[in-house]
Amino acid sequence: MIDLSRNYFELFGLPVGYTLDPAALAGRYRELQRVVHPDRFASAPEQERRLALQRATLVNEAFETLRDPLRRAQYLLTLHGLDSTQETATTRDAEFLMEQMELREALASAAEAEDPGARLDELMRDIRKMIDAQVAQLAVLFEEATPESLEVAREAVSKMQFLNKLYNEAEAREAELEESL
Amino acid sequence: MALLQIAEPGESAVPHEHKLAAGIDLGTTNSLVAAVRSGVAETLPDEEGRHLLPSVVRYTPEGVVVGEAARAAAAEDPHNTIASVKRLIGRGVEDLKTLGDRLPYEFVDTDSVVPRIKTVAGPVSAVEVSAEILKVLATRAEKTLGGPLTGVVITVPAYFDDAQRQATKDAAKLAGLHVFRLLNEPTAAAVAYGLDREAEGVHAVYDLGGGTFDVSILRLNKGVFEVMATGGDSALGGDDFDRAIAEWVMQQAGIGNEASPNLLRSLMDKARTAKEALAQRDAVEIEVALPDGRHWQGQLDRATMNRLIEPLIRKTISACRRTLRDAGVRPEEIEDVVMVGGSTRTLRVRELVGEFFATEPLVDIDPDKVVAIGAALQADVLAGNKPEDEMLLLDVIPLSLGIETMGGLVEKIIPRNTTIPVARAQEFTTFKDGQTAMAIHVVQGERELVADNRSLARFELRGIPPMVAGAARIRVTFSVDADGLLHVEAEELSQGVKASVEVKPSYGLTDEEIAGMLESSIEHAGEDMAARRLTEQRVEAARVVEALQSALAGDADELLDAAERRIVEQALQDLQQTAENATDSETIKRAIEQLEKSCEFYVERRMNSNIRKAMAGHKVDEFE
Ligand SMILES: Nc1ncnc2c1ncn2[C@@H]1O[C@H](COP(=O)(O)OP(=O)(O)OP(=O)(O)O)[C@@H](O)[C@H]1O
Ligand SMILES: [Mg+2]
Repeated sequence: MIDLSRNYFELFGLPVGYTLDPAALAGRYRELQRVVHPDRFASAPEQERRLALQRATLVNEAFETLRDPLRRAQYLLTLHGLDSTQETATTRDAEFLMEQMELREALASAAEAEDPGARLDELMRDIRKMIDAQVAQLAVLFEEATPESLEVAREAVSKMQFLNKLYNEAEAREAELEESL
Repeated sequence: MALLQIAEPGESAVPHEHKLAAGIDLGTTNSLVAAVRSGVAETLPDEEGRHLLPSVVRYTPEGVVVGEAARAAAAEDPHNTIASVKRLIGRGVEDLKTLGDRLPYEFVDTDSVVPRIKTVAGPVSAVEVSAEILKVLATRAEKTLGGPLTGVVITVPAYFDDAQRQATKDAAKLAGLHVFRLLNEPTAAAVAYGLDREAEGVHAVYDLGGGTFDVSILRLNKGVFEVMATGGDSALGGDDFDRAIAEWVMQQAGIGNEASPNLLRSLMDKARTAKEALAQRDAVEIEVALPDGRHWQGQLDRATMNRLIEPLIRKTISACRRTLRDAGVRPEEIEDVVMVGGSTRTLRVRELVGEFFATEPLVDIDPDKVVAIGAALQADVLAGNKPEDEMLLLDVIPLSLGIETMGGLVEKIIPRNTTIPVARAQEFTTFKDGQTAMAIHVVQGERELVADNRSLARFELRGIPPMVAGAARIRVTFSVDADGLLHVEAEELSQGVKASVEVKPSYGLTDEEIAGMLESSIEHAGEDMAARRLTEQRVEAARVVEALQSALAGDADELLDAAERRIVEQALQDLQQTAENATDSETIKRAIEQLEKSCEFYVERRMNSNIRKAMAGHKVDEFE
């Protein structure tokens, strides 16, 4: 019997790879849930209901993983036998770390800007751009999929963790700002 | 893309008889029941033609009164008349400090964590009070539809936490109802609207009832309702408008805080009447009989009321803003705002909501009925009456789930707005040498400190093999089912010691308490519990047999070889025989388990085959 949990891409009938069409992914997700969701088994025997619950849970997990650029990259690294999910991200790229520090400071002082909302927006756009750049790079690296390029991919994933954290902080600050209005 | 033809679970080759099912909106102020009849979902009236059942229960020495009659007696008999019990359901004794300051009831001291209200009929819990309301509605549905209900869908505010959901399910159990699903109220409303309009795109549902406020952001796509984010306040609603108005009256009339429960209740009633009238008129007169025999008379105009309630409405708008942010959507992207709940009749509410979303809110379906109608539509689908129906609801958890870690901090395991069902695991370790037990405290909420969140359950994992600190690996798994209910398991991994615990919420009734209530309730008094269980098991056995037979008829040739087929058929025969001959429920239960074991491979294979078929229609590059 095939083990559907072996590979999320297979489950969704998608080719294994970093680049994927979000609309296709979402469409397949809905089709899968139509087949496995517990609501389809509300009047079925207990055993089928349990199995449906398991499968629907798996489909949700797979979808969350594939849809998020960071988690998708981590998942692909795992499929290639590389671990990338360590709690704290690390990178030796000094220039990148420098940039991060500056962004962090800019974020901290955004509240004092003339228009803090606009300043935050601007910073968030910048971070977004940097994240997008990592995503573009990852697409190329996973396409190559040589040991060297996967090592670089691991580094890119670490950077993305930094950037995501920064972005979340910016969002939290924006939320605070909106609440205080 | 059309789905491939897949035999639906439990669907027999013969056309289905119509299974009776109902949707119940168990509201703070009013409750309703609805059902699909001849293809149309509608709310069911009582014998006097009233659709709304006031959610008020009065306990008298002669028995229980529910609805209008109970509400009418509220002012004269406040201690025994329980209104707005939804505010108490799933709440603990601790919560009463914040909720109970203005509640006219007396609570009895009890060892249970669940508060009990003192009445002439003895102490009652919120679960029991809710069960009384459910019974009346279920009876109404069974009379109208002409037979017993196979199951119901009960709606709950999207913002209800785990304890509140669990308690609602317990109430249904007490009322003797089979719950197909707990459905979030805003999602139900979207169902009621969405099917009528075939609307696609991103929509908001704004639901302001008597006691709760909910907002949900949903994406509709080909019959799939995907909740993107949900938010709100489980203790904010029209009652608070009433309170603000009543306080204004007290101020104007010089009534102090020492006012009696009866006076308070009557002030709240007057405030409510005034508020509701102001949806049509510009000003209303209010008259109050004071304790000293004098009368106070005054006028409340709409502008004054708006000033009193505007801070409360602003609170709902803030919640909308937060929820949109969670959904990653801007207010302008919302195509429609569906208005639900009696309090959306207040004009100022409509104005401010319309302003915020920059669109005229939808009010065409009666805001009182829309939730029940949506629930009825879902109940009809879940009963299996519409096997080819494409409707599917994908909901989320409203509040993050986590556990307590060192220093009273929360470690989130499942963040809010995660689509359910979901399971997530996290590993923890021991912090002392030789530690053999670990306390696990499950909390729900968004705050960093445990103390600021809702405590759901505490349990202890024992039997951890003694090791040096940090060597044990304890995996805690949270799973949330399609009702939004949480199950937690903990397991020690390094030595393969498995100690799992099923968690009941701290504020819930224990299984024993529920069993006790069931057995002592009048309906079941004298009834033979053993006979009842036997019947239940027979029904389950029949369900299993029917499902398996229709499965065999559908895909056995494709999925089973001759030997496998014989195994399944043998198991089927065995169960049929046992179910027929057995005189106790245990025997049937074991026979079902036996069949499940021997047919497990087949059930799995069918599910996997369905998954493959669903995906087989696609070529890899079809969307590009
Ligand atoms: N014409 C009206 N104008 C203003 N408010 C109204 C009007 N009619 C009803 N309400 C208010 O609507 C509220 C009840 O709404 P609804 O019946 O939707 O609540 P519910 O479903 O019982 O409660 P909840 O959804 O919070 O559990 C009450 O506060 C009531 O005063
Ligand atoms: Mg309601």
